[in-house]
Amino acid sequence: MAQHINKKARFHSLTANRLLDGEPVYLTRSHAWSENLHDAAIADGKDEGAELTQIAAQSVADRLVVNPYLFDVDVDAGRPRPISVREQIRATGPTVRRDLGKQAS
Amino acid sequence: MYRYDEFDRTIVTERVAEFSGQVQRRLAGELTEDEFKPLRLMNGLYLQLHAYMLRVAIPYGTLSSAQMRMLAHVARTYDKGYGHFTTRQNIQYNWPKLKDVPDILADLATVEMHAIQTSGNCIRNVTADQYAGAAAGEVDDPRIWSEILRQWSTFHPEYSFLPRKFKIAVTGHAHDRAAIKVHDIGIVIVEGDNGAPAFDIYAGGGQGRTPMIAHLVGAKIAAQDLLHFIDAIMRVYNMHGRRDNLYKARIKILVHALGAEEFARQVHDEFAKGGAGDDLELPEGEIARIRAYFAPPAYETLAADDPAYTRALADDKAFAYWARTNLAAHKVPGYAIVNISLKPIGGIAGDASDSQMDAIADLAQSFSFDEVRVTHEQNLVLPHVRQTDLYEVWKQLDAIGCATPNIGLISDMIVCPGLDYCDLANARSISIGQIISERFADLDKEHDIGELKIKISGCINACGHHHVGHIGILGVDKKGVENYQISLGGAADENAAIGDIVGPAFTEDKIVWAIETIVDTYLALRKDGERFIDTYRRTGIEPFKETLYAAA
Repeated sequence: MAQHINKKARFHSLTANRLLDGEPVYLTRSHAWSENLHDAAIADGKDEGAELTQIAAQSVADRLVVNPYLFDVDVDAGRPRPISVREQIRATGPTVRRDLGKQAS
Repeated sequence: MYRYDEFDRTIVTERVAEFSGQVQRRLAGELTEDEFKPLRLMNGLYLQLHAYMLRVAIPYGTLSSAQMRMLAHVARTYDKGYGHFTTRQNIQYNWPKLKDVPDILADLATVEMHAIQTSGNCIRNVTADQYAGAAAGEVDDPRIWSEILRQWSTFHPEYSFLPRKFKIAVTGHAHDRAAIKVHDIGIVIVEGDNGAPAFDIYAGGGQGRTPMIAHLVGAKIAAQDLLHFIDAIMRVYNMHGRRDNLYKARIKILVHALGAEEFARQVHDEFAKGGAGDDLELPEGEIARIRAYFAPPAYETLAADDPAYTRALADDKAFAYWARTNLAAHKVPGYAIVNISLKPIGGIAGDASDSQMDAIADLAQSFSFDEVRVTHEQNLVLPHVRQTDLYEVWKQLDAIGCATPNIGLISDMIVCPGLDYCDLANARSISIGQIISERFADLDKEHDIGELKIKISGCINACGHHHVGHIGILGVDKKGVENYQISLGGAADENAAIGDIVGPAFTEDKIVWAIETIVDTYLALRKDGERFIDTYRRTGIEPFKETLYAAA
């Protein structure tokens, strides 16, 4: 969904949902999919973002993931930090049920 | 309660097999997501922030104990031990895996349940007054007509590709508990000729981006003409509803664009054409057949006031508080309607754990003729409980945390899932409901404030019904920060109204202060017996604007 991209933002990571179970996953530097935001590749600028998008498209065709998109991040000691509240929540789990989602494992 | 015949069973079983096949083909790569998405939506399967979400249909909000136990089983076996009851009387599961959904649907089918048409551009669950068949003063049981509409609308080939979703609600009572005036079609059962039921049919209501109150398009439509008339509305909508713009595709836009009079004229023209419509005339025998499923249960003949109940009220203050708010008058002497609050103080509105569902199923079976209902305000109802059993029912509800004495009070809020769960949301809503609930936890204070309906949505789609809240709260995104815009004076009942926006939005740290200020303003201004909404209608918005936004 286009609303996750701020055209002025420099850094992006790419996320999708795993087809089999809907789990949010992140595209890593080695072009694998990780459940952990920390492992996400960071694209610097539009061209690198486009590369990640292309790799994700192949994963969609390979039936690994659905609905991939880039989202804005800040870079914090080399790790991606989501700018939007939405992606922060998606990376951890529902804030009202701390016993559920990624934050619980 | 309606029981499936062999046609219903076949429909559901075949649908399970069909969807299982579709999932297999999706996983094997024979269907792309673009091809699969409309198919999974027609089976109520969404993709949300953390997982898939499955919305299971609860026709007109009515469940047997066996069905409630199955909902508990699904929560326990395939999900994370809970479900969420929705503003369309359905249930949502937030963590199903795609590969498990065929098994979930197969399990549901064993108790005559499914997820058919709970999403997609089709006619959705027909909702009804949760006190159907129980409250005094009802003209006719709305579930009879909801069931007829359900059968007619399921897999209707002409209405499977509407411009947009379509929602119908039915009430059989002058006091509208089903919010019919903010539905695409809202039906009020009225007394027709010769005392037979007839229908006042409203169309073009809705919330979301462009909230509108429905207009009367057909008055005292005869019972046998119900489907024919609804069909006429659907044909006009299907023909002229916009398909070019997602945000202008609901029937309310068409009614608004044509004007209610012209829209009604077109519907009556279509109705007058006869032809295929004549086939839709309901034979009296068919109406009677469906009506028989909703025959009253075998009530005992009881005195109007049970002494054990009266004694318990005097002896147990906590029980008395609960009785004041959570009971409604039953049409049969010696019985009561019990509201089960799913709004514990500081809790998540509308959620129930699998063990709570099992306990409620037991209560329904033991004390309510095996029946439990879901309300559009995200609570549950035991419709037929003997007064003499109320104390025991209350104790058991209290033991599972479902006896908060707050029905209709400030902590009985409608709250959508919001940004904690929903892909569409701009802001969190559940957490806002929690902090407001905690602030007004004092029971005496809540009772003093009286009836005050707060409704909270995490985005403009208004699944939390904020437009028709006495106080409505809309979560918005202001430059990446969650903000909350307040509206006042909305109402969902027979005096339906869209709320007025009171002023600029508040951040999360100010929202409780804002609600407190609104409540205090009301308390200072109210005259004898006025509820919040009465005071607001008398004073207008100005006093609230002043106290909220007066230069500090």
